[in-house]
Amino acid sequence: MSNTPKELKYAKSHEWVRVEADGTVTIGITDHAQNALGDLVFVEAPKLGRKLAAGESCAVVESVKAASDVYAPIAGEVIAANAALSDAPEILNTDPYGAGWMWKMKPANAADVNGLLDAAGYEKSVADA
Amino acid sequence: MLKKTALHDQHQKLGARLVDFAGWEMPIQYASQLDEHHAVRTHAGMFDVAHMVVVDLHGARTREFLSHLLANDVAKLKTPGKALYSCLLREDGKVLDDLIVYYRDESYFRLVVNAGTADKDCAWIAQHAGAFDVTVKRRDDLGILAVQGPQARAIVEGLLPPMLAADAAALGNFNACEIGELFVARTGYTGEDGYEIVAPHARLVNLWEQLLAAGVKPCGLGARDTLRLEAGMNLYGQDMDESVTPLESGLAWTLALTPGRDFIGRAALEQQQRTAHSRQVGLLLEGRGVLRAHMPVRFASGATGEITSGGFGPTLKRSIALARVAPTDETKCEVQIRGEWQPARVLKPPFARNGKALI
Repeated sequence: MSNTPKELKYAKSHEWVRVEADGTVTIGITDHAQNALGDLVFVEAPKLGRKLAAGESCAVVESVKAASDVYAPIAGEVIAANAALSDAPEILNTDPYGAGWMWKMKPANAADVNGLLDAAGYEKSVADA
Repeated sequence: MLKKTALHDQHQKLGARLVDFAGWEMPIQYASQLDEHHAVRTHAGMFDVAHMVVVDLHGARTREFLSHLLANDVAKLKTPGKALYSCLLREDGKVLDDLIVYYRDESYFRLVVNAGTADKDCAWIAQHAGAFDVTVKRRDDLGILAVQGPQARAIVEGLLPPMLAADAAALGNFNACEIGELFVARTGYTGEDGYEIVAPHARLVNLWEQLLAAGVKPCGLGARDTLRLEAGMNLYGQDMDESVTPLESGLAWTLALTPGRDFIGRAALEQQQRTAHSRQVGLLLEGRGVLRAHMPVRFASGATGEITSGGFGPTLKRSIALARVAPTDETKCEVQIRGEWQPARVLKPPFARNGKALI
């Protein structure tokens, strides 16, 4: 079974969001998503400084099987990207919520996070899909 | 309703992810597709390929019939058990299927054809067989299990009846031996040494269990695809089909244009040979990313083309592809990936074989 940590927020499009102490957010893809994709072989994170709208396609993860878009769960500006993933995309399979994080953003509006799903809501959305 | 092979229960027991492949519910992967790929390059893996179809041909004029039917020349089959890869062509030279033909004796040859094309192939073969008094017998009672990798042969030989094991161990590449209904061929679709074993379904289930206990890794269609792509082998329906000829598909080497042999499609091929036609090349992506089927290819000269099979080569740790392109000698090109043109190098496949990268 997939792991869905309680302390994170989620988008239906399979991204997770963690709010950091300084108000920035860290974003990655869920355990369910990495498992469905299979072995990842290429990750393209959004460029630094890019301003993203909520729901905007901004990154790509490619498994041995196919390429999939990753979407910005909320609006904001990209302030960091996980460089380790370009050399070792498999980290995203083994540690999707830890070392496999994809990028960090400064939210356009901190309250937007409240509009995302909680763990139970995400699990339900996966089960209903 | 998808068809199931005799090994379907085994796949489910192992937690395989199952997909529709040519009307069959087949395993795409068991756990990690990359691990399955590496197992075949470094040790031994096994593939349920019982969806493929065995067709036995009987009759005194079978060799003469196959000489007319196939684009490669069965005259090359001189010793019993010898195998030959060939295309099956339409009159206009387009590819109906690719297959392996095994010579058993002068009145008995065996074909192994693709699952998705088997019905059409059998109809085509039967349509032409009558004139040669050849009987076409589709063997749905038989399945095929491929065991591939540097350790595959030794492990299989340990499980075969001793006499057959000795015969198998002595086989040259692209040769087969048999005892009763157990048929062992030193052929494959991975670029590694190994066997493809044809036998009644129940026998293959038994063998699968023994191989599993002996440490052979079950591998799905996903690993089969990356292995064959690295080995530079075409996949029917993707790299060639009824819209192209072997000359446009990297299969000129399988055409035996021996003087005087009149096979189906020959006239069209000879006609095309005199014209400038597209051809197949191998591509290696210079940077990061993954080449995929149907991505456009362009050259500085203006020549263009399209990827027919692409992916990530786990042994190479690079992305590779087979592409069909307009005639050009250029060694560099660009491939359009999500709207951006990325540099790629033109290579002659194979990219990897026998456990080693060749680039």
